Amino acid sequence: MSAIAEFAEPSTGTNSPMVVARDVNVHYGQAHALKHVDLDILQHEVTALIGPSGCGKSTFLRCINRMNDVIDGCRVTGKIELEGADIYDKRLDVVQLRARVGMVFQKPNPFPKSIYDNVAYGPRIHGVARTKSEMDEIVEVSLRRAGLWEEAKDRLLKPGTGLSGGQQQRLCIARAIAVNPEVILMDEPCSALDPIATAKIEDLIHELRQNFTIVIVTHSMQQAARVSQRTAFFHLGNLVEVGPTEQIFTNPHDDRTQGYITGRFG
Amino acid sequence: MTQEHHEHISSVYDSELEKLGKLLAQMGGLAETQLDAAMDAVVRRDGEAALAIKDKDRDIDALEKETEALVLRMLALRQPVANDLRLVVSTLKTASDLERVGDYAKNIAKRASVLAQLPAAPSTAVIGRLGRLVQQLLKDVLDAYLQRDMAKATAVWEADAEVDALYTAVFRELLTYMMEDARNITACTHLLFIAKNLERIGDHSTNIAETLRFMISGQPFEERRPKDDASNYAIVEPKGG
Repeated sequence: MSAIAEFAEPSTGTNSPMVVARDVNVHYGQAHALKHVDLDILQHEVTALIGPSGCGKSTFLRCINRMNDVIDGCRVTGKIELEGADIYDKRLDVVQLRARVGMVFQKPNPFPKSIYDNVAYGPRIHGVARTKSEMDEIVEVSLRRAGLWEEAKDRLLKPGTGLSGGQQQRLCIARAIAVNPEVILMDEPCSALDPIATAKIEDLIHELRQNFTIVIVTHSMQQAARVSQRTAFFHLGNLVEVGPTEQIFTNPHDDRTQGYITGRFG
Repeated sequence: MTQEHHEHISSVYDSELEKLGKLLAQMGGLAETQLDAAMDAVVRRDGEAALAIKDKDRDIDALEKETEALVLRMLALRQPVANDLRLVVSTLKTASDLERVGDYAKNIAKRASVLAQLPAAPSTAVIGRLGRLVQQLLKDVLDAYLQRDMAKATAVWEADAEVDALYTAVFRELLTYMMEDARNITACTHLLFIAKNLERIGDHSTNIAETLRFMISGQPFEERRPKDDASNYAIVEPKGG
């Protein structure tokens, strides 16, 4: 056991839940896309959501920062709490929610602005920095945390779109963490990236989890196995199984989970 | 296990897994045959048989290398998980166990050819019983493995206590013969090694049973296996003065 302990950082199962979902259902018009989902996302852990196309994992991800609100005909029921507070509470500011719960998308989408302004945008609209030097520091810290500072520090005023794909994605991560979120949602963040850029981002995720809670949707079983401490398997809108990543990939409880991860269907 | 999701989407993956099964079946069959031939050589005092058995052991070694290579390839290219991972890893372990069984059978045959050149040792029915038990357990565990029969494997796992008890009895009996008449010492020493090799083959059958349990359930056996090998502590006093 101790040899594994040297390398593994398994889910303790005892970290306090950052996000709690209870009986969450999502309908797109008549289509029942997510069914009665109960799921806890634990603090300072990476939780991977896996499952075949159309299983509801991205739908669930978008519930956590209420991105589903902007989709026509989308109806969310059930309870979702962030640090014990209902995110659908009328008193809650949804813009503030989306600062606390950041999101990184599949295709890197830096603003058509300079690298500096990409990162500074969020803090600016939230009035986080009072002086230019405070803002400079926020930008530098965010870029460092996203592993992009060395490559970007001499071109901060150049357009973000001039960076490579992998760099753009790290810029998007820097942008998300600049407003000091508690949770970072990632929807297939590496799908559009080459293997080296992917490896860099996975390494980054490993570091980020010390300060943030991360939920990642991924199509790659190997990626889920590499980066996450807990894995949740979705199928046809149902949460089939959730557990410590190591257990899910060595000895899953449900046949459907085993069928999917071993490539017997999907 | 649901039946609908038996086959991988990649049919080549399934072929590779099937090949692993075939390689193990071949190795198992050879190991059984080798052990049968070796025990036969002991009983019939056949000095010639050893050469053929030694040669054939090379086939088992070659199969082990082939199995290892395929396992390595599958780990690298398929990144198996869950039951596939346990199956691939179990194949590697079992191939290693079977290769050792082959080696022990070869060693028994070598000693049989030495025994054949010596005057007949005092007969010991117990070593014959030990041999037959170990042969049966090997056959049973290999059947269990191929049929994924956990009940059969558990029976083999439990029977190791009987193997240990018989080995202890052989040990004591041989010591007695050696003390009775020093002219027995050479032959009895070789018989002792043969008995030890048989006991080790029994251990490898137990290993295979444990590996099968891990492969099927992902868990090891719960209880500590009952151990009845007292030979480490056996003291036999000479009779009379």
